[in-house]
Amino acid sequence: MLAHTAALAPSLTVQGLSKSFGERRAVRDVSFDVARGELLAVIGPNGAGKTTLLSMLAGILEPDTGTVAQPDRTTARIGWVPQQTAVYGKLTVAQNLRLFAKLEKVADVDATVRRMLEQTGLEQRADDELGKLSGGNRQRVNIAVGLLADPPVLLLDEPSGALDPRQRERLWGFITALTDRGTAVIFCTHDIAEAERHAHRVLVLADGEALFNGTAAELKAVADADEGHDLEQAFVGFLRERGH
Amino acid sequence: MRWMLLKDLQILRRSKLLVGLLIVYPVAIALLIGFALSSGPEKPRLAFLSHIPEGGQTIKLVGKKIDVKVYTDELFRSVDRIDVENRAQVLEKVRSGEALAGLILPPDFTTKLSNGGFNSASVEVVYNGDALKQSFVRSTVSSKLAQADAALARTINTVATDYVDIFTNGGHIDVLGTDLNLIGLKKTNTLIDSAIAIADKPQVSRKLAPVQNFAELSVANIDRVKDVLNTVEQPVKVNETVLSGSRAPLDTFAVALAVTISLMFVCVLLASGLLALEREENTFSRLARGLMPGGRLLAGKVMLAGGCAAVVTFAMLLGISAFVPLDFGRVGLWFAAIAVSALAFGALGVAIGSLAREVRAASLLALMLALPLAFLALVPSGSVSPALYDVIRVVSAIFPFKPALDAVNAAINDTTPSLGVALAHLGALIVIFGAAARAGLRRFALA
Ligand SMILES: Nc1ncnc2c1ncn2[C@@H]1O[C@H](COP(=O)(O)OP(=O)(O)OP(=O)(O)O)[C@@H](O)[C@H]1O
Ligand SMILES: [Mg+2]
Repeated sequence: MLAHTAALAPSLTVQGLSKSFGERRAVRDVSFDVARGELLAVIGPNGAGKTTLLSMLAGILEPDTGTVAQPDRTTARIGWVPQQTAVYGKLTVAQNLRLFAKLEKVADVDATVRRMLEQTGLEQRADDELGKLSGGNRQRVNIAVGLLADPPVLLLDEPSGALDPRQRERLWGFITALTDRGTAVIFCTHDIAEAERHAHRVLVLADGEALFNGTAAELKAVADADEGHDLEQAFVGFLRERGH
Repeated sequence: MRWMLLKDLQILRRSKLLVGLLIVYPVAIALLIGFALSSGPEKPRLAFLSHIPEGGQTIKLVGKKIDVKVYTDELFRSVDRIDVENRAQVLEKVRSGEALAGLILPPDFTTKLSNGGFNSASVEVVYNGDALKQSFVRSTVSSKLAQADAALARTINTVATDYVDIFTNGGHIDVLGTDLNLIGLKKTNTLIDSAIAIADKPQVSRKLAPVQNFAELSVANIDRVKDVLNTVEQPVKVNETVLSGSRAPLDTFAVALAVTISLMFVCVLLASGLLALEREENTFSRLARGLMPGGRLLAGKVMLAGGCAAVVTFAMLLGISAFVPLDFGRVGLWFAAIAVSALAFGALGVAIGSLAREVRAASLLALMLALPLAFLALVPSGSVSPALYDVIRVVSAIFPFKPALDAVNAAINDTTPSLGVALAHLGALIVIFGAAARAGLRRFALA
């Protein structure tokens, strides 16, 4: 595993990002960076602004202020797995993968599609219409599409929500493999235990503000957790202390 | 773009019900509208100009006098008349749409009727507009004229009957101002009888002289009887003046209409639906991240929708040509008109699709826009106020239906405005709606 230290050149630098929808300030002045091979969890309650933040990183949403920069490989597209599946319900699993692989101008389309089918464990369902798959399986295809181009930075918006435990393990298996190869991964989640187990660092977001940026252990310490309390309780306590 | 087109085709192939409906529905609507062209307002407005001189109001037929009012009164019972001073005013009223048509009685109207014969009287009818409107006006006006004609014919018939009675029973007739006393066929019979009774005598020739005379007169006047009866058949001939838009027979105009309506529905629904589907499936945000530039995405949808719709309508046109005689020499023009119209409808479709987040919303929007557009383009000018008609004309010109109808009609029936003008109009609309769709997409691209 790559060391995730500040010594490494950041893969992504975020400076003072803000976004309002009318009166509602969804994201307020958020800054952080992610190093190569680092796995950053963005955690926060519903409506905290996690999806809004990731959408700005993905280039789907124009920030009101602030910048997103990829210092090392500026031309490469950031990989993005949206919270809501974004694939064609009337196409088969393989057709979806093939289409997006072609649009992403992947070098070897067939090999990439085969690899993604294998990684998601959907070889048996390759020729099934996507709309007829279960929610979890649809999400697996959704994730696979985001991984097709092997991007240097990958954004995952609640990737594991619809997955069963076995699929979750599988997902974390190949995300870990990606970070081992140097991919920077940012993912949002409500699942604090998952963040604690897999993430190198957590960013706590509440009402659009970044309240904390550090390791899970540091968060526990800041939250002054009693012995035996887990990160989830520490997290809830932390938010309560800060009036959220 | 190739992959996106292929993808959209695969999606359509898996949406059999939708595609089936998309084809059957517009064709059904098109046929209904095309062939259920019904009548317009009850009492059409006619601009009326009479050139008949003062004192020339009577038609003289073999000494009998018929007032021309027999004709005009009957006509204006079922028509609203707008009296005007001269021919220019008639044309103006018709062109502005204030009057559905114009009716002009020439100066020689009564004298021609008085003289009768094959040189029968005529009136001039002036109208305007496309085939549908012209056909509607013509059927309305000609039925009114026929009623007036019939009233005149009844009066003339009475004269003719009287005339025949004189020939039978004897009496006075007026031929070019000379009073003639006819003894009648019955008396002639008696005279011949008595002549036969005293045959082989020198008096015979003297006795037969009036008979000879009668025979001569009969021969001379029997043609007049024929003339009178001829006049009775159709005393007033209608001369038509078309201001603009050359005439297409109603059935081939209905074909152009049916084709254009199908084209519009298939194209607009398909293009708007295909674009809205990208938003509904959330794939639009993926594509908008540089995978697919907005312009190319739109061009793909327009071409696919236009292509499908053009194929469907072209096939429909070929099918119809089995029942309605069409000029196959113009098949290249049909194709050009349909192809360009399809692109214009496609552009309108993506402009609609760029506003909707879901296919259902897009379809509803497309239907809500397309139906009134089709009806607006068919409103005959005289049936609404001139100001409203101007508004309708403007609205029809900024959406592709009217120019597409003009193009298809010109391609099938060689009407005006010419195919070139209509295609140029459509080209401009393709650019405008394409730009509108891009603006619409850009508004949502980052939301
Ligand atoms: N397109 C939009 N228009 C208006 N308001 C929006 C829009 N998108 C998000 N918001 C608002 O911005 C705030 C943050 O929303 P966001 O989706 O980023 O939260 P989240 O942290 O992802 O929540 P969840 O955990 O439920 O996914 C919410 O109050 C939401 O209502
Ligand atoms: Mg979210």
